[in-house]
Amino acid sequence: MFDVVIIGAGVVGCMIARELSKYKLKIALLERANDVAMGATKANSGIVHAGFDAKPNTLKARMNIRGNVLMEDVCKQLNVPYRKNGSLVLAFSEEEIETLKELFERGKQNGVEGLSLLDKAELKALEPNISDEAMGALRAETAGIVCPYSLAIAAVENAVTNGVEFKRNFEVTDVAFQDDVFTVSSDNDSVECRFVINAAGCFSDKIAALMGEEDFHIVPRRGEYYILDKSLGSLVDHIIFQCPTKMGKGILVSPTVHGNLLIGPSADDVEDNDDLATTAQGLFDVRSLALKSVPDAVTRFAITSFSGNRAHDLKNDFTIAPSKYNTHFINVEGIESPGLTGSPAIAEYVAEILSSMADLQQNESFVGTREKPFRYHTATDEEKAAAIAQNPLYGRIICRCESITEGEIVDAIHAPAGAMDVDGVKRRTRAGMGRCQGGFCGSKVVEILARELQVEPNMITKYGKDSVLLYERTK
Amino acid sequence: MLNYDLVVIGGGPAGMAAALRARDFGIRDIIILERAETLGGILEQCIHTGFGLHYFGEELSGPEYAARFIELVEDQKIEYKVDTMVTDVTEDKVVTAVNKTDGLLKIQAKAVILAMGCRERPRGALSIAGTRPSGIMTAGTAQKYVNLDGYMPGKEIVILGSGDIGLIMARRMTLEGAHVKMVCELMPYSGGLTRNIVQCLDDFGIPLHLSTTVIATHGNGRLEGVTIAKVDDKLNPIPGTEEYVACDTLMLSVGLIPENELTKNIGIGMDRITNGAVVNEMRETDHEGIFACGNVLHVHDLVDYVTLEAQIAGEGAARYILGQKAAAAEYLTLTAGNGVRYTVPQRVNIRSEESVKVYFRVGRIYKNAKVVLTCAGKVVSSKKKVKLAPGEMENVIIPNEVLATLTVNDEIKIEVEE
Repeated sequence: MFDVVIIGAGVVGCMIARELSKYKLKIALLERANDVAMGATKANSGIVHAGFDAKPNTLKARMNIRGNVLMEDVCKQLNVPYRKNGSLVLAFSEEEIETLKELFERGKQNGVEGLSLLDKAELKALEPNISDEAMGALRAETAGIVCPYSLAIAAVENAVTNGVEFKRNFEVTDVAFQDDVFTVSSDNDSVECRFVINAAGCFSDKIAALMGEEDFHIVPRRGEYYILDKSLGSLVDHIIFQCPTKMGKGILVSPTVHGNLLIGPSADDVEDNDDLATTAQGLFDVRSLALKSVPDAVTRFAITSFSGNRAHDLKNDFTIAPSKYNTHFINVEGIESPGLTGSPAIAEYVAEILSSMADLQQNESFVGTREKPFRYHTATDEEKAAAIAQNPLYGRIICRCESITEGEIVDAIHAPAGAMDVDGVKRRTRAGMGRCQGGFCGSKVVEILARELQVEPNMITKYGKDSVLLYERTK
Repeated sequence: MLNYDLVVIGGGPAGMAAALRARDFGIRDIIILERAETLGGILEQCIHTGFGLHYFGEELSGPEYAARFIELVEDQKIEYKVDTMVTDVTEDKVVTAVNKTDGLLKIQAKAVILAMGCRERPRGALSIAGTRPSGIMTAGTAQKYVNLDGYMPGKEIVILGSGDIGLIMARRMTLEGAHVKMVCELMPYSGGLTRNIVQCLDDFGIPLHLSTTVIATHGNGRLEGVTIAKVDDKLNPIPGTEEYVACDTLMLSVGLIPENELTKNIGIGMDRITNGAVVNEMRETDHEGIFACGNVLHVHDLVDYVTLEAQIAGEGAARYILGQKAAAAEYLTLTAGNGVRYTVPQRVNIRSEESVKVYFRVGRIYKNAKVVLTCAGKVVSSKKKVKLAPGEMENVIIPNEVLATLTVNDEIKIEVEE
């Protein structure tokens, strides 16, 4: 019997799990996929928003502002790469200059600090590679970038270290409630608990519906992106936005914490949550609109493209509240942008809601920090030598493009809630995220996974389920 | 800090041939650094035959071709370290490498030969729309799975790109019992060797669809199918020609990229067309004492040519170490004229006492055309060719007696005349 079951191990679910592990609670984190961060968390812009976009007095605005304040410290504790590089919203017409002023005012109303309006000269001085067509910009100094799946992975590792049980491949199909106890079931497993937290992202309306909720309507909104080569990674220093439209914050051009350049996202409503196909039109839109902001951000230097679905609810705001059908069932629903930014604040808020219904006692053995994993490519020569002396596997480079060693891959597999598939290794270590996209290291990662998990190589998948990589042995 | 006369980065066919030639010229103190577990490079997974026809005059498999050089490296007691990754080379020729047993290695070299080979272009560079299931891989990755690891990476296969590895893998997968449905090629011609089209596709009845590309991938989990379409002369898909092809595997053979990360970090001048360093006739880069050869310099279609090129670099490096470099070098940059995409070398020392063989590739298919070499406005040679194709490297020789007549203000031009 668990005290709390969290459904969904995206960045929000993982951050909630970590937050609640500060208390004496028996917690399970359920995830339908073979790993954490497999929904919107693995495919979004990775932006820590300043908070001028959200309408004042919405939950989005509140979580954004508080999340922005908390993020730096959380990233420090969890050893997640984060950089407060600031953002710029560009204006390309007089009309858009007016929009900037509105955003500036809205930001002030939301309590955002470090906002300023820049004229063309100031903008060019700050970002020389910006299009000459840009007439001005809204600068937000508190905006930053973070790797979203790294944050989720770090949070779940820390949560598991603090006692949370992580159950993967647990797709919730039913929630029953009897005698103050929930039974949360998948097709082949079930857990019992006193409280349920629905953090199921794009599926949060369907999970809420299991309690009878009919007012949530998620229309997954697809966003397509390109990742460009590191040689273009310093084309701009800030996150470069265009003026927002009703479909979202528009196409951005941003450095990533790993040194690549990210462009995207498009915004198209889709019917199927699992429809993660990129489209010729979507990629075309991203390509052409990014050039409007930064003419040198050309996709000739693309190393990959991908898409993710935002959990957009028609009501256009987050819901973080006990279900009106059962107060012990807490919905965290409609979490689209600024959900990543808001995640530490959402976790804090959920704990607050829970504390109003349950007696939360501090877990004295809670350790909030996650040890920094060894990273060959950022280590000094002395650190490298010491690490290799202690574990020779740190001396064997598997991924050439990103300089990832066998030791780092083995660590990722054996970490709490560790990697069990090739993409899991990729997200934890960056093996396969470089220019050759796993051309050389992919087969070696399969070999290492098979060895460490003690299975045959043809049991190893790309990302769980039927994403097998190899069939039977050759003749 | 260790000290060596010559550090060779890469123990494939280029690195081994270069090291051996340097040894022939009397260089004792050589070390080859190889990232794989064995010497031999990509040849180790190329178990088909067709290697060595030019160099040895016999038909060998990849591992057999490599074995001949590995044996010589052993005989000559040339030092090498495998499973060793070079992570940095400085302008001053300090090589940083790492492996499990030595840890971090720093080596001061007198000369460096870059022989890192090339990698395959991945899907990401292509902007194919669709889902991201398993079952999409480069042909070389598939080749490693089948030939080295002993696993079938697919059963129902579509191959995009008719480069040589794609063609070889079409045959290989068929022989292993898979069904290769088709090879699609974006261009109106194949980028592979004619002999591979005949022996790997025609002989097995595998269709080659020219001017056709894959525009989308389908399936969650494992690949379930691809959408192919014809392309127009600007290489854009033609609406209405889309066709769904069910398959569990998409193999990509869409080009090779020289692995020049180390080269670029040194600050060596690069050729935009070859994606390799700009070199002179000894395969020396614009950084004295740093040479490049093999697929890291430009992608070759035959390993035999890699060997020959590496021998030139090996000799160049040896002469550099021995201080035998021609004192008064005067360089002329060659002109790649009509129809010629690039030349290697790109620059030639006109004070060179020996004739210089220049390799080049053409930009499209030519039939019954002439390859013309013009020096200082005079036609030096004009050779008739029944067929010229982008997939087959050509060469032309600049005779030393012609070089002797040139000045730095003259032009050396290679072009195709129809």
